[in-house]
Amino acid sequence: MQTIPLEFYLLLSAVLFVIGAIGVLTRRNAIVVFMSIELMLNSVNLTFVAFSAYMGDIAGQIFVFFIMAVAAGEATIGLAIVLALFRLKQSVYVDEANSLKL
Amino acid sequence: MAIASAIVTIASRNPVRSAFALIFHFFMLAGLYLTLNAQFVAVIQVLVYAGAIMVLVVFVIMLLNLSNEERLSERFDFRKTIAIFFGIAFAIEVVLAIFIPGTFKNNLHPDSVKIGTAQEIGKALYSNFLVPVEVVGILLLVAIIGAIVLAKRKLE
Repeated sequence: MQTIPLEFYLLLSAVLFVIGAIGVLTRRNAIVVFMSIELMLNSVNLTFVAFSAYMGDIAGQIFVFFIMAVAAGEATIGLAIVLALFRLKQSVYVDEANSLKL
Repeated sequence: MAIASAIVTIASRNPVRSAFALIFHFFMLAGLYLTLNAQFVAVIQVLVYAGAIMVLVVFVIMLLNLSNEERLSERFDFRKTIAIFFGIAFAIEVVLAIFIPGTFKNNLHPDSVKIGTAQEIGKALYSNFLVPVEVVGILLLVAIIGAIVLAKRKLE
């Protein structure tokens, strides 16, 4: 049976992770930063599922399940923080949230 | 396809457009999980990410009535250069880490069809991984309470 080699999945996942990292570092909008973090989490999930399928081990998919649960919790908390920040500053740009700076 | 939609997600100035690109990206990833025989994870991906999390994100974007991210963008050229430099360095590092060992099995494991089903995952979740499941339940409860407290209009 002709299947896709494991390296392709790993490479795709690495590329997606890098794209997410660039997004986190370059964007100013907190919500877009947030979506970039989701992108990075998803690329790690892809790696887990790929290894789980190629090694025949179920633990990888269980891990993906937990990562998704943590990502959901993180999403709710993060968006609530963005809402609170918007109420305080009338802006969602991360470089304007500098009240703790000296 | 997945890479293209991911690039659109971080590259577009309009947050709504980037959110929809991200939803498309999640569907692409679900398709990739299906090629890996992980049906349960694919379904959960569509339900949780493309459904719940993105509805939340889009809702917040609409609620905050954001405009395009245009002003002040030229002030951040320096930071952007550094970010792209580190991104490329990291990419090279990861690619090297993947291709130098080069001894992966190139076929799907024969058990992979079996372990992707909801039945097998449920069995593993409630036998070997019972304590983590409970901990994740508590974590989600804490997240709900924290979100409500943070999003309350007045903190007294």
